[in-house]
Parts: sequence; C-alpha cells; structure tokens
Amino acid sequence: MPIQGDYMGMTLTIEDLDGENRDFFRHCANRDFRLQRGKQSGLLRYPPTTACPWTTDRESEWVSVEGKGAVHSYVEVHHPIQPAFRDKVPYMIILADLDTQKGQPSEHEAIRVAGNLMTQDGEFAPPEMIKRVGIGTRVKLVYVDVTDEFALPHWAIDQDAEQPENPWRYPQE
Amino acid sequence: MSLSSVSDHDASSAKFLRGKYAICGVGETSYRRGSEESTRSLATWAISNAMQDAGMQSDDIDGMLSYSGNDSTFSPWVAGDLGIRLNFYMDVHGGGSSIEALIGIAMGVIEAGMCKTVAIFRAMNGYSAVRIGGTGARSAAPITGDQIHHRAYGWQSAGQMFAPTFLRHMYDYGTTPEQVAAVKVAHSKHASNNPKAFYKKRNTVEEVVNSRIICKPLHLLDCCVETDNATCIIVSRVERARDCPNPPAVIQSVVGRCCKPRIDMHYQHGPISTVAGHYAKEILWPNAGLGPEDVDLTGSYDAFTFTTMLQLEDYGFCKKGDGGDYVSNGTIELGGRRPNNTSGGHLCEGYTHGMNMVIENTRQLRGEVDDSCPIGPDGKRQHTHDYREGGCRQVKNAEVSANLGWAMPGTGSAMVMAKDHR
Repeated sequence: MPIQGDYMGMTLTIEDLDGENRDFFRHCANRDFRLQRGKQSGLLRYPPTTACPWTTDRESEWVSVEGKGAVHSYVEVHHPIQPAFRDKVPYMIILADLDTQKGQPSEHEAIRVAGNLMTQDGEFAPPEMIKRVGIGTRVKLVYVDVTDEFALPHWAIDQDAEQPENPWRYPQE
Repeated sequence: MSLSSVSDHDASSAKFLRGKYAICGVGETSYRRGSEESTRSLATWAISNAMQDAGMQSDDIDGMLSYSGNDSTFSPWVAGDLGIRLNFYMDVHGGGSSIEALIGIAMGVIEAGMCKTVAIFRAMNGYSAVRIGGTGARSAAPITGDQIHHRAYGWQSAGQMFAPTFLRHMYDYGTTPEQVAAVKVAHSKHASNNPKAFYKKRNTVEEVVNSRIICKPLHLLDCCVETDNATCIIVSRVERARDCPNPPAVIQSVVGRCCKPRIDMHYQHGPISTVAGHYAKEILWPNAGLGPEDVDLTGSYDAFTFTTMLQLEDYGFCKKGDGGDYVSNGTIELGGRRPNNTSGGHLCEGYTHGMNMVIENTRQLRGEVDDSCPIGPDGKRQHTHDYREGGCRQVKNAEVSANLGWAMPGTGSAMVMAKDHR
C-alpha cells in the first residue's frame, strides 16, 4: 500500500517501490533524522538516493544524524504559487548546512537540507520571526506529521545555540 | 581575434564541425496572450514562416526536433500539416537550455546522414494553457516521491527553486538589487525598439526594485513575461544555407545541457552561487576557437534578471563575482560594448524557452534586425544605430554572437555563431 496523507490540503504519496523515501520519512515520523551512509565512502547523502555519488556504491545504511545546522540560503515567498500556501505568505524555505559533514568531502560540499521555517511547535513562522532569520542563523530540525509513518522535517530557530548578531538578509524588507 | 581568454583545458571532442553548419531560417508567431489557437496551429505558423525565411519548400525539410514540458504537439502531426515527409524526428522533454542542445543534435543527425535539414520548434500557450509561472494546473498537481522534498515546502516554481542561488550570490559577492535590476532596464530598452515585443515600455531601476516582491530577491519586474507563441529555427549544412535568401549564421560551437555535479535542487555541491556555465565554458570557447572578448552580442537567458547576470559571469564575460557590475555599467545595453538580448528577451519580448534569443542573434548577424528603421529601395532596412525609444536595435558590425541557455542553476547550454565569411 502506498503511504498517502493529506498535508495542508495537498495529497502526498510515497509509492511502495520507493523504498528510500519510505525509510527516510518513516524515520522522521519516529523523530529520528537518518541519512544513508555509503558503505565504501562512509559519507552521508541527502536527499535519499540509490547509490553513493562519490563511489557509485549501492550499499548503504541509515544512520542517525544530529539535526542541527546553519542557514546556507533561503527563499522568502510573498506571492504564493501553490493553492495550499495561499494563506501562509510570507513563508520561508530554509536551505541549511548540517553541522555534520560540512565541508566534506570537498570544501564547498555540505548536506543541505530543506524545510520551512517553523515555530518550535511546528507551526508556520509568523512574519516577525521570519525577519530575524537570515544566512548564518542557527537552526534545528522539527517535524510535522503527515501520517503515523510519515513526517516532514522542517527547521526552527535553535534557541539553545549562540546566534550571529546580524544574520545576512535580503536588503529590502 | 584574441585567444587570451580561452582555457587550456580541452573538454571537447573533434572540432571539425566548427563552421560547417548554420541557421538558415528563423520564424515565429506573434508574442501574445490569449492565442485562441492550439500549439499545433501555432507550430505550423512558426515553421512555415521559418521556411519562407529560408526560401524552402516542404520537400527541403526532412528532419524535425521539438521540446516541451508536455504542453506542445508532436512533430509528425505538424510535419504532416505542412506536407513535410520526415526522415528523422524527435520530441524531447525540456524547457530552457534545450534549443542550443537541439541545434547540436540536429548537426549530429545531419552529419550521420540521417537527414539533411532540420526544423526545430517550440510551441506553447505559456499564458493561456500551461502557465510558465507555475500557477494553475501545475501548482495543484499531486505530489509524489522525490517531489516531496521540495513541493511539500511550497518550493516549486522556477523563481522559488532558483532563489537560494540568487540570494547566495548577493551574500557571497555583495551584488545589489539595483545592479541586477539593470538587466530589466537594458532589455526593456531593447524591447522598446522591437515592434514584436509583448512589453515595449522602458523601465527604470526604481520601477524594478519598487515593484512587488514575488519571492526574495525577485520583484515582479525581475521575472519574465508569460506569453503564447511558437518559434522555429532551421539548421542545415553551411553550403546549403548559402543557397538561402538570407546570409547564414554560422555555428562555431555548441554545448548542450552541461551540468554541475549533482544537479538536484538541494544544492549539495557548492558554491551554489556558481552555475553550469562554469563547466560549459570549457567546451564552448575552445570548440569555437574564440573567447568572450571576441563576442559582439550575447543572448543570456533571462527567465529572471539574475539568470542573465549569473551566466554572463560564469561564462567569463567578467571576473567571478563582478556580474552585478557587468550588467549595470552599460556594457549590455544597445550602444554598449556587448549588448544582451537585443529583442527584449524573455523579460519583455515573449517567453519561448530560449528560442527567441537565438532567432534575434541570427537576425543581428545578418544585419537585418526587424526594428522600425526605414526600408530602403533595395528592400533592406537602413539601420540608423540611433537607439532612442522606437528607433534602431541593430548592433553595429555584429560579427560574433553567444547564446547562453539556462535550465536551472545546475544545467545550461550555449552556442557561438558568427557571420559568414567565405
């Protein structure tokens, strides 16, 4: 049976044959952020794929990764495209560098994980919160359930972390 | 000819097709909203206009290529409508960056003896049917598998997908909104001298940065126009093209859908402010035997103001990081050192997934751009090179052009063409 759930009025489906995504999102439902680690390379990768991009090795194992990092870049949407997001603008899409494996295996590589900017409780961040977040802001993963075996990872401001004084934001507010 | 800017790195195969193929015909429909025509109908108009431009009859064309995102018509139907019997056709999936790649494929299939002349078309109702901005049916489509990693986050349209690259360029290099807005200013200036352009109004930097934000850093006027249109380009051997009524635009080099490592939209392989042109230029310039300094005009894809800037920078028209200065110092305007998108491009003329920029450069190299200059007794336009509003848009002494096609930050195509000197 495909895993299927309604999320904000959007139907999200993970097919039976899509083993990598089933595993990834099931771990998220368990509040356990796991990534595939290539057997030969020992390197983590994201999003889920069927082979290691550094060795072509198809063998991997799912390992738990600390869901912390810093904003590498972002999108701040003011004009919604998808109907589900019409009443969410402005909303933010965060592309965050995980602390784990940053700068490996080469200087400019990192595991860059996407998600919306959410409150600690997994609600869409209000405009005042969006204005505090920019490149460099420390963030941590939070989760929103779609079904009991499928949750989406999102980002929230890491309240325990030391934050940069002026994270870089687009100059026009 | 200066070769100083050409890289030593040879990523190319044999260069013996340099100068052997040409664009011999170009044509299009009008650029409009509310075509009230099928893509099949639009395609037949564009192809027959290109055939007329090339002085060709139905039996002169025996190859056809097209590209689409499931929003167009199959080649054999259009060919049949025009009485063309095909020895070769292929309809491929793709948007921006397809045309330069397909021109390379056309050269390859002719070289392989599979056919002799190829008409390439793109027909789309990008405003009336499948909207290029991503609203409508596309935005409400079900979300499955790998798409969950972006579309579930409201990360779907082209502008939304590319924005992290654009913002990171501003962060890495100090690029400003005003610098990038100069791309729209330049292209709108060019469009005001193009009777075909959908938007003909000249814009100022202030108008661009004060237009409403779509998604940061994109204002409404940083984004291209959505239009309904079809466009066609005919490719043949240069000898055949020399028999056509218009001078051939001779192909010096093509690069097709060249990619960064790991092009998925999750930006795993940085720097994310560098785009595919960084790799494509290693094929483009050595194969052409030319470098950026030799180029008189460019067609750098303007899905957004930022895409034009990023590509000009990564193809080496300026130093890495100086793209903001390059596009705002007058270089890319008509009358400047190297005008870009002299038709107004996707920001102003119409949206064609790259076709109209190649069509424009073909006409520029002919010295026959369709502006408002008077037509002389010999039937040719008497270009004034007075670039004031409503005037000329012909580039003086246009000898070499470069087209830089964009699919996404991680994928691009390019082509160098030159005036025929046999």
